[in-house]
Amino acid sequence: MNYLASIGSYAVMVQEVFKKPTKWRIMKSLILKEIDELIYGSLGIIIFISFFIGAVVAIQTALNLTSPIIPRNLIGFATRQSVILEFAPTFVSVIMAGKVGSYITSSIGTMRVTEQIDALEVMGVNSLNYLVFPKIIAMLFYPFAIAISMYVGIFGGWFAGVFGGFLTSANFVEGLQMDFVPFHIAYAFIKTLIFAFVIATIPSYHGFYMKGGALEVGKASTTSFVWTSVVIIILNYLLTQLLLG
Amino acid sequence: MIEVNDIHKSFGDTHVLKGISTVFENGKTNLIIGQSGSGKTVFLKCLLGLFYPEKGDIVYDGNSYASLPTKEKRNLRQEMGMVFQGSALFDSMTVAGNVMFPLEMFTNQPKSEMIDRVDAVLKRVNLVDAHHKFPSEISGGMQKRVAIARAIVMNPKYLFCDEPNSGLDPKTAILIDNLIKEITEEYDITTVINTHDMNSVMQIGEKILFLKDGLMEWEGTKNEIFKTDNQAVTDFVYSSDLFKKVRQMYIEERN
Repeated sequence: MNYLASIGSYAVMVQEVFKKPTKWRIMKSLILKEIDELIYGSLGIIIFISFFIGAVVAIQTALNLTSPIIPRNLIGFATRQSVILEFAPTFVSVIMAGKVGSYITSSIGTMRVTEQIDALEVMGVNSLNYLVFPKIIAMLFYPFAIAISMYVGIFGGWFAGVFGGFLTSANFVEGLQMDFVPFHIAYAFIKTLIFAFVIATIPSYHGFYMKGGALEVGKASTTSFVWTSVVIIILNYLLTQLLLG
Repeated sequence: MIEVNDIHKSFGDTHVLKGISTVFENGKTNLIIGQSGSGKTVFLKCLLGLFYPEKGDIVYDGNSYASLPTKEKRNLRQEMGMVFQGSALFDSMTVAGNVMFPLEMFTNQPKSEMIDRVDAVLKRVNLVDAHHKFPSEISGGMQKRVAIARAIVMNPKYLFCDEPNSGLDPKTAILIDNLIKEITEEYDITTVINTHDMNSVMQIGEKILFLKDGLMEWEGTKNEIFKTDNQAVTDFVYSSDLFKKVRQMYIEERN
């Protein structure tokens, strides 16, 4: 019953976020600040993880291709498919649930604990719109980060494959171009946009409705990471079934 | 003027406010006192519209809060200023940014006018050199003064303060108390202060409400509180040695 109540209050929160908008002049600067914090500030870790994940996928595929009749360009194909379909949109989103999600929960949670949210409410500000809406808009730029992740992941695969001596650069590129389905890119970005909304709103929910003090802010951050990850994994399954099944 | 009519507020099975009725007049500093857990903060949050009472009504200058449409409620909230116990300043903004925030949110004034207004209120609270500092860079007393400046920048009709001098040294606490009283008289606003500091009662209290277990146990003036025979009030007021001595002196003087 508690889970149902939480889902209900999450839905009410999302509805409230879009009511009584804050002045555009103020909202514009909040959105830019959030893009800087949530997207630009995450590019470093996204690039780092993507490069090595792509590299590991290429090496693992190469090491498992023991039959001589299987072409080496399959390494490029497997890297492309793994990175575009799963590693960039889903794996990176789980990482972002930890990095961005805990930042969102702790920043909003601290505002709750220090009565800054009450101060906004007393002034007549729609605090949910003021705090959460800029994060949702900023996360609309998340697909750009994932596009970079895809590019760097594939580059990592090429780097590990070619410099590890598993295949030639031409083989890798041939594999990349093999049986390319453009809809897979659309599928990946549809997933990314939905995950972006989840990463912006679930941690906000945990921060906004938290009760207690500093210790509870930490607990709320952990809980928000767990639930954001769980929701991403479940949605990933449902979306894959719906869009590719 | 704020009229409170028989308000009740519960959280689950806990009945926190059990029917409080009173009137807070314009231009006066009204103090709510009582022990921790007596319902003071819940009562103040009901006055602010942060909590909705299950029963009863709060009337602000003839406007019943419960029956106001949502838009009118928001407009009414813009006529309220609040000084929170921990100041509740926005960490990411400078002192000037904090004070300017309500102006930016709710007015269409040109920037130059906003800056002038911010300068004026910061000067009024004796903070002239702190415009560009962040809340973490100033003292607790200065933070309280910034919170007061932010609360009065929109010329509110009602000012609410939740333990405005908690955590401050006695000298700064008196400065803050006096500042609130001066502003109340200067702007002719209705001020309601939550406190358990008896020094504040003596310093600025004009009307005092004593809450106990969610009920209004006693109300009266600063002079009356030292003469009352209400056991709960005397237990609270004379809990410190200093006030015990004051009462002893008063009794001796009377005899």
